[in-house]
Amino acid sequence: MAVDIPHRRRTRWHIAVFLAPAVLVYTAVMILPLFGTLQLSLFTADDQSRVFAGLDNFRRLFFDPRWSATFWNALWNNTWFFIIHMLVQNPIGIALAAILSSPRLRFSAAYRTVIFVPTILSFVIVGFAFKLILSPLWGVAPNLLDLVGLKSLFTPWLGKEEYALTTLGLISVWQFVGIPMMLIYAALLSIPDEVVEAAECDGITGMAQFWKIKLPLILPSIGIISILTFVGNFNAFDLIYAAQGALAGPNYSTDILGTFLYRTFFGFQLQTGDPYMGSTIASMMFFIILAGVCVYLFVVQTRLRRYQF
Amino acid sequence: MKRTTLTALLMASSILGTAGIAIAQGKTLTIESWRNDDLAIWQEKLIPAFEAKNPGIKVTFAPSAPTEYNAALNAKLDAGSAGDLITCRPFDASLELFNKGQLADLTDLPGMENFSDVAKSAWTTDDGKATFCVPMASVIHGFIYNQDAFDQLGIKPPATEAEFFEMLEKIKADGNYIPMAMGTKDLWEAATMGYQNIGPNYWHGEEGRLALIKGEQKLTDPQWVEPFATLAKWKPYLGDGFEAQSYPDSQNLFTLGRAAIYPAGSWEISVFNTQADFKMGAFPPPVKQAGDTCYISDHNDIGIGLNAKSANADAAKTFLSWAASPEFATIYANALPGFFSLSSAPVKMEDPLAQEFVSWRETCKPTIRSTYQILSRGTPNLENETWVASANVINGTETPEAAAKKLQEGLDSWYKPAK
Repeated sequence: MAVDIPHRRRTRWHIAVFLAPAVLVYTAVMILPLFGTLQLSLFTADDQSRVFAGLDNFRRLFFDPRWSATFWNALWNNTWFFIIHMLVQNPIGIALAAILSSPRLRFSAAYRTVIFVPTILSFVIVGFAFKLILSPLWGVAPNLLDLVGLKSLFTPWLGKEEYALTTLGLISVWQFVGIPMMLIYAALLSIPDEVVEAAECDGITGMAQFWKIKLPLILPSIGIISILTFVGNFNAFDLIYAAQGALAGPNYSTDILGTFLYRTFFGFQLQTGDPYMGSTIASMMFFIILAGVCVYLFVVQTRLRRYQF
Repeated sequence: MKRTTLTALLMASSILGTAGIAIAQGKTLTIESWRNDDLAIWQEKLIPAFEAKNPGIKVTFAPSAPTEYNAALNAKLDAGSAGDLITCRPFDASLELFNKGQLADLTDLPGMENFSDVAKSAWTTDDGKATFCVPMASVIHGFIYNQDAFDQLGIKPPATEAEFFEMLEKIKADGNYIPMAMGTKDLWEAATMGYQNIGPNYWHGEEGRLALIKGEQKLTDPQWVEPFATLAKWKPYLGDGFEAQSYPDSQNLFTLGRAAIYPAGSWEISVFNTQADFKMGAFPPPVKQAGDTCYISDHNDIGIGLNAKSANADAAKTFLSWAASPEFATIYANALPGFFSLSSAPVKMEDPLAQEFVSWRETCKPTIRSTYQILSRGTPNLENETWVASANVINGTETPEAAAKKLQEGLDSWYKPAK
C-alpha cells in the first residue's frame, strides 16, 4: 500500500482505529461520569427540581460548621490512614522484597505467594475475619495474648475511638503489603548482575550494597508505589464499611472521605441521600487526589534520577 | 430455535394466564411488600382466610427484597404497574408517596376506628387530617431475661430503676452471668435498645415526643438528658469489651445463656424462641419511682395502603377493612410473635413471651420512637446522630449533657418548629 503513494505523508488511520475501543470505553465509564459528578456538585435540589447553585455546595462543605467539621475529620482520618500505609506497609514491603530477592533464601516462591494471597481476598472477608479475630468475646486475639501473659494489653481495639482507625490501617497493611513487595521485588530482579558484581569487586556487600547500590536503583519504583498508595487510600471505603458500617463508629473516628461520601450520597437509615452534596464530596476527593498526583508528577518524578543500562 | 419457542410460550402463558384469572375471578389484588420472609404466612394463613370470606376476590402476595423495595416500588408506581395494595414503610417514605398522589386517602375506611392516633401516627399527614395506610404491626421495647438465671440467683424482675441497678449489681457480684448483653459497636443497639427503650419513662412518651416536635421541649431539657445519664450507668454491667461487641454478638451471648438480661425489641422473640434452650421472661423498662405511670415504646413498623391508581379499588378497600379487623390481627400476631397488631381490640396470642410484651399496653402508655416522625427529615439526621451519641455516652467518651447539647444543636441547624 505504502508503495502507491510514496511521497505524501499518509493519515495514519490505524492509530485512531486501534485507540478507539479503549478511548471510547474509558470515556464512557470514567470520563463522562467524572464530569457528570463535577457538574452535579454545582446543582442543588429545590423541592423536586434541580437548580443551578454555583459553588454553594462547596461553600456549605467548607463553611457550615457541621459539614466542615465532618469533612476535616474525614480528611485527617484519611491522611492518618495514608501515613500508616507509608510508614508501615511500604517499608515492610521493601524489606520483604529485599529478603526474598536474596539468592540464599529457600522456598522464596512459597513465601512470595503466601504474602501476596491476602491481596486477592475480598474486603468483606478481610473485614469480617479481623472482626472475629479481634472480637473480645469469641476472638483468638485475647486468648493468644493470654498465652504469652499479655492479656492486660488487650482492649476492644475496633470499639475504641483512639485505636479503631489505626487498627483498621494495620489490617489494610496486612492485606496489601504484597503489592509493594511484588513491585519492588520485580525492580530488584531487573538490576543487572554486572552492577552488583562491580559493587562486590569494590568491596560493597550485604546491607551496604542494599543501601548504596540497590536502593537508589529502585527509587522510581518506590515513587510509583507511594503514589499508588496515595490514590488507593484516598479512594478507600470498603474495609471501613465492612468492619465499622456506614456511620464509621465509634463517634466517626474511622470516618474517611469514602464513607462520608457514601453516607451523604446514598443516605443511611433515616437519612435520605443527597446526590448534590455527595457529588461535592466526590469532587473534593477528585481534587485532592489530582493535587497529590500532580505534586508527584511535577515535583518528585522529575527529580528522580533514572539509570539506563 | 427451541429456546425462542419456549420463551414465547412462557410469555404468552403468563400474559394469557393472568388475563384468564382476572376474567374468571373478576377481581385479583396484588400486594407489594418487602417482607419476603412472610411469604408462607400470607399464602398459607392470611390469604386463604380472606378468600374464604370474600369469594370472588383473589389476592396475590408479591414481595421483593427489603433493600430494593423502596426503589422498586417507586419505579412501579411511576410507571403505573404497581400492585393494588402497597405495604407501607413508616413515616416519611410513605408520606412522600401520599403527597405525590400515589397512595389513596383511607381516613374514612371502615375499620380505621379500630386504631388509636398513636397507631396511625406513622401513616398520617403532619396536620393529622388524612391517614393513608392501615397500621399492621408494631414492635415493643423492653428487657428479655433468662428465667433460669433469675431463679438461680433468686431475683425478680425489677419495677423501679433503683431495683434494676440493685439487680444488675447482684448479678455482677455473683459472677456467673454477664448482667446485660449489649454492645456499642453497631451504634444502633445503644440508641434503639437503650435510649428509645428506657427514654419514654423520662419524657412521658407522647407528651414529650410531641412537645419536642412543637419546639416546646428541647433535647437539653432534663427529661431528655436523664435517659443518657442512666445509660451511662449501664457501662459496668455490660460484658468485657462491649465497645467492640456487635448486634449478633449480643444475641448470641444471650441465647447461649452467658448473659442474664437482654435489652430487646420484640422482634427478637421468634429468633430467641428457636435458639435459646432456657425459659425466658420479659419486663418493661423500669420506672423512676414506684407507682409512676410507665411508658413503653410501641413503634409502628408496617402498614398497608391502597394504590391510588388501582383498578380494583373497591375490592382493595374490602381487603383493607379486613386487614383492620381483629381477625387479621389475631392471625398475623400469632404467625409472627413479636410483631404486634396495632389494633385497639385485644388480640389473643399463644406465645407467652409475646403475651408478656403486649400485656404492657394495658398498664403502660405507648409511644413511638422520638426521632422518627418529622425530626429526621434533615441533615444532620437526628436518628443517626442519636445512634452515635448513645454509643458515646455508654462508652463514657461523652457526658450526657454534651451529647444532648450536640443533638439539639444539630436539630436547631435545620428544624424550625411550626408555630
